[in-house]
Amino acid sequence: MTKTITDVICPFCGTLCDDIEVVVSDDGKQLLEVYNACVIGSEKFLHSQAKDRVTKPRMRQDDGTWKDVSYDEAADYTAQMLAKAKKPLMYGWSSTNCEAQSVGNEIAEISRACCDNTAAVCHGTTLIAVQDIGLPTCTLGEVKNRADRIIFWGCNPAHAHPRHMSRYSIFPRGFFTGKGQMSRKMIVIDPRVTDTAKMADVHLQIEQGKDYELLNALRVAFKGEWLPDVVAGIPKEKIREAADMMKSGRFGIIFFGMGVTQSLSKNHNIDIAIAVTKDLNEYTKFSIMPMRGHYNVTGSGEVFAWQFGFPYSIDLTRGFARYNPGDTSSIDLLVRGEVDAMFTIGSDPGAHFPISAVKPIANMPSVCIDPHLTPTSGVSKLHVPVAFNGVETGGNCYRMDNVPIDCRKVVEPPAGMLTDEQFLVMVRDRLKKLKGAA
Amino acid sequence: METVTITMKNPPALYLEADNVTPDVFAGKTAAQIAELHVHEGNTTSTLGKYFEVSGNAGATVADTKIVVKGDVKKVKYLGMKMSAGEMVIEGSADQYVGAWMTGGKLLAKGNVEAFAATAMRGGELIVEGNAGNYLGAAYRGDWRGMSSGKILVKGNAGSDIGMYMTGGEIVVNGNVDVHVMTHAEGGKTVIKGNTKSKLGGQLVDGTIIVFGNIETMMPGYKPNGEVELEVDGVKALFSHYIGDMGERHKKKKGAIVYGNLYKKI
Amino acid sequence: MSEYIIKNGSVFDPVQGIKGDKKDIAIKDGKIADKVSSAAKVIDASGKTVMAGAVEIHAHIAGPKVNLGRIYRPEDKLFSCTPTKGMERMGGGASIPTTFKTGYEYAKMGYTTAMEAAMPPMFAKHVHEEIRDTPIIDEGAFPVFGNNWFVLEYLKNHEIENTAAYIAWLLRVTKGYAVKVVNPGGTEAWAWGLNCLSVNDPVPYFDITPAEIVKGLIEANEYLGLPHSVHIHPNNLGNPGCYETTLDTLRLAEGMKAKNKFGRESVMHLTHTQFHSYKGTNWGDFESGAKEITDYVNQNKNITIDTGNVTLDETTTMTADGPFEHHLTGLNHLKWANCDVELETCAGVVPYIYSPNISVCAIQWAIGLEIPLMMKDPMRCYITTDHPNAGPFTRYPRVIKWLMSKKARDTQINAFKHKDKVLSQTSIGSLDKELSLYELAQMTRAGPAKTLGLGHMCGGLKPGMDADVAVYNFNPDKPVANPDDIETAFSRCAHVFKSGVEVVKHGEIVGTGHKRTLWVNVKVNDNPQVMRDINEKFIKYYSMTQANYEALGHHFVPNPYALEVDATHV
Repeated sequence: MTKTITDVICPFCGTLCDDIEVVVSDDGKQLLEVYNACVIGSEKFLHSQAKDRVTKPRMRQDDGTWKDVSYDEAADYTAQMLAKAKKPLMYGWSSTNCEAQSVGNEIAEISRACCDNTAAVCHGTTLIAVQDIGLPTCTLGEVKNRADRIIFWGCNPAHAHPRHMSRYSIFPRGFFTGKGQMSRKMIVIDPRVTDTAKMADVHLQIEQGKDYELLNALRVAFKGEWLPDVVAGIPKEKIREAADMMKSGRFGIIFFGMGVTQSLSKNHNIDIAIAVTKDLNEYTKFSIMPMRGHYNVTGSGEVFAWQFGFPYSIDLTRGFARYNPGDTSSIDLLVRGEVDAMFTIGSDPGAHFPISAVKPIANMPSVCIDPHLTPTSGVSKLHVPVAFNGVETGGNCYRMDNVPIDCRKVVEPPAGMLTDEQFLVMVRDRLKKLKGAA
Repeated sequence: METVTITMKNPPALYLEADNVTPDVFAGKTAAQIAELHVHEGNTTSTLGKYFEVSGNAGATVADTKIVVKGDVKKVKYLGMKMSAGEMVIEGSADQYVGAWMTGGKLLAKGNVEAFAATAMRGGELIVEGNAGNYLGAAYRGDWRGMSSGKILVKGNAGSDIGMYMTGGEIVVNGNVDVHVMTHAEGGKTVIKGNTKSKLGGQLVDGTIIVFGNIETMMPGYKPNGEVELEVDGVKALFSHYIGDMGERHKKKKGAIVYGNLYKKI
Repeated sequence: MSEYIIKNGSVFDPVQGIKGDKKDIAIKDGKIADKVSSAAKVIDASGKTVMAGAVEIHAHIAGPKVNLGRIYRPEDKLFSCTPTKGMERMGGGASIPTTFKTGYEYAKMGYTTAMEAAMPPMFAKHVHEEIRDTPIIDEGAFPVFGNNWFVLEYLKNHEIENTAAYIAWLLRVTKGYAVKVVNPGGTEAWAWGLNCLSVNDPVPYFDITPAEIVKGLIEANEYLGLPHSVHIHPNNLGNPGCYETTLDTLRLAEGMKAKNKFGRESVMHLTHTQFHSYKGTNWGDFESGAKEITDYVNQNKNITIDTGNVTLDETTTMTADGPFEHHLTGLNHLKWANCDVELETCAGVVPYIYSPNISVCAIQWAIGLEIPLMMKDPMRCYITTDHPNAGPFTRYPRVIKWLMSKKARDTQINAFKHKDKVLSQTSIGSLDKELSLYELAQMTRAGPAKTLGLGHMCGGLKPGMDADVAVYNFNPDKPVANPDDIETAFSRCAHVFKSGVEVVKHGEIVGTGHKRTLWVNVKVNDNPQVMRDINEKFIKYYSMTQANYEALGHHFVPNPYALEVDATHV
């Protein structure tokens, strides 16, 4: 007999779909089938069942080979590394639960580390913009129930957040949007003709790197002021038409992704997009929302914020929290040679950081806590495989609209494997002893 | 005026935070007392004397104190942070936050300075003979109160985001600058003698930008407003005048809207 | 558990009518006791003031909008973060402190219980995670109901029983404490960019008025017999002339009587009254309406209020009154955050600087003080700053100084740039009253505890009650040399006990206590219709499943304390 577990939360992207059904074997040890999830989400669940999975911590030897070690030895190494380092960097956190993040923050506090999450390479710039200008936003259900103007800017949900459009933004029939997609106008702003762009009522195929100019032009158009003939490759008539379409809706929303957060102008692109949203609230109701990537990058920012006061890129080395991306941000810390130990959890900087930031990792004491074999585990001195969050252990997570959803455990991890939180508690307790903390 | 000279003799393995190196902290102290001041390398705290050789005693008051920083301080942060008076000379290049939050006095860096120099400056003078990094004279993260007074002169080039949220004072860059100049500013003036790239004066409420060289891409929110003759730093020339940012809010004075001004030398 | 005896302090306890008598307070097994053994640890409180732990009835200290404030205001923490120290975790933030700092600061001032004033139900897990990480103090959270679609639909047809069943369900799944109403109907209107500025403005689409929402919720609240009354932030907050809307709102409670087993006598709690007591037609002729509001409240015993004192600081405003925050950003042009929550509510956040050089801010300061000075029954008026809206809670000692010393008020009035305007637009200059320590204990302990339905547990020093005790370095037998001494004394306690555990000693944290999450568990008769409606709303309109909405595991609320209510008999 098999069992079907309903209301399962998908631990892949920030859409955090919570209607997944998973079929498991009677003993709860095998995950057999996944329903309702997108292709990527299904893979995420099924990947935990891989036969070649690493189940024991491994330490790199001087000759480059790996040697299996116990979790105790792994925790000893990690605690000692953090205790010795003058400026350790504890990075990642976006693919683990809030409970583990919380223990991680205690560790960071005791070892006086720098702590950062993957916002450093995706929506950190969004956070900077929010700090400069604010954020009129809403939950995804508001979009489903009310929105009749949907703007996708520099994002491609058709591929990156596959169920976003069907669950929240384009197709659902909500309370005031009974005609589903027929009640919505869709604008896509992207230099590429993406699969999302192909669905749009209006596609503004913008010149790369000129988002800031186009958004500025939209603000000018709202006010009916003078515009140059062409801005960012778009004729002014088309800009005025888009501006009018945005103003004429009852409830609009801008979703944006890494196409604008990590291209020229970075935080300023978001800053001015938020200004556009703010302007539109003089005419109608408008919101804006980042398409967060990792399923719990949002949660990491929340936990950091209520415990330390800042959402990412936090420097605790002086014994109190400081924050200033450019100084305290992971890539800058690594490239500038500011840190002397690297602790990675729930993310893969080896794959996502520039090579100039990855190279230093290979030359310092380093630990990578991750269920997978990744480029980061490959360059680290110690790899600690753990149970899959959201599959083999539950825990709280935050959706891209900051809504908390508690993930579910659906199967048992392989015998003897620890969760992130369990391993971190071992490290914390050892570190307390080493540092003589209470 | 009394001069204290500190010379780097044991450079740090990582970076050194030396926010105590200011005329304000040094004032009234002997060389020996100064050598005992705290500096921080990562999570370790030690003394200034461990890294620097200190000679000379400080003046009785801040205004009477001059600091000369010698040796390689490329990995030293916060030199001159929050200084309110007196003088400081950095003989070479320094790292981030040179003169950050300074409110007075005179700070001269003979080499380059990294990002966040003169963050939220409220007075005094910063002169950089080399290049300056990003966020020169900008506000701290999240703050709408950027540089409000004082003067910054960069003889080389400057990075991006200079004068962000500026409300007063003056920045002059003799060389070129990167993107974003005086974003969100509500006052103050920036003069760029060299070339600029793009995003000048975005979301600017009030303030003045004067460019002698090229502007690669103008912001669409700047509307041509004829030509004017200006005298800038003793140079008289004809400039194209633009007003903006037309997309941003603006204050009113006697019923008339006050726009920001952008002048480009013809 | 340790025994303590706090000897020879000047005790102020309205619960027992003790007005400064020299008395010993005994603590045993976490409770106030009649007597303790000779092994009890002696705390010498001679020359000191002893009161019950203070009770915060309204503050924004945990949850999504508070954290949004933290996230988007790094400048609120610049140069103010504090290191790990003894038992204390790192802290930071002036107007929106981190959770750890929040717990420590309350405890150091002698507060042992605090209520988070607005919990968006959909974000209950977030609120509880922050409450869990706020050390020492007992906390509850008020879910917001005034713009909730279920409530709007039921009350449109005056379905009190269904509304009550829904309230019971929501309190249970969110581990909520009370029925909070913010800008009734106006916040739903804000989802379309609109607002309800009077109690009779219809709510778009839902065909109901704010007056009907408020009356219906009071009826449902009393039908259930909840510990706390309906806790209301009326329409039209913060606008000149808003006192009339406030009076209209207060009148909705006329003829209503409290029905509950917790000793609560009020049916409506009007919060941050200062923001709702403005006369005038614009910011130029802006004046105080404190007299009109307090006259009405003085005469109507079924109403309680809290003050919302402006502390003249830079702070961060945050409220479920979304349209108000949008209005505010239009006035001060500072960064505006807003989050509309599907089917339920909304929140807005805007930084604000209450400058003593701006006449409006100075008048707001005066109104906040007039209200408690004009209230005849201190058991019905509680001191708050609507933290962080009118100022951070850490300023309570300063508010206490202003209330206890006319000299301190005069010093501040003389420091205002527009002193004459403050004196002409308010009556603060002619109020000679100085709050006594007994009245202070009523306004910060016994009063709020009683109105929250916690009068049997906290807010007093009667044997059997929780041993929440604060000892202040303040000698009531000596004249106050300098009003600032009052502020100093109330800033840092000599000793604080929370449930019998010493948590503060000489102003420092020495224990983390047994922090509890207070919530209200209401049993109601089965109501299949309401359960069907809930089910349908989740299938059709919510963006998460009902099962995931309802799941609030032990890890969110590790130490719950439920106040049990049986409403099945009705």
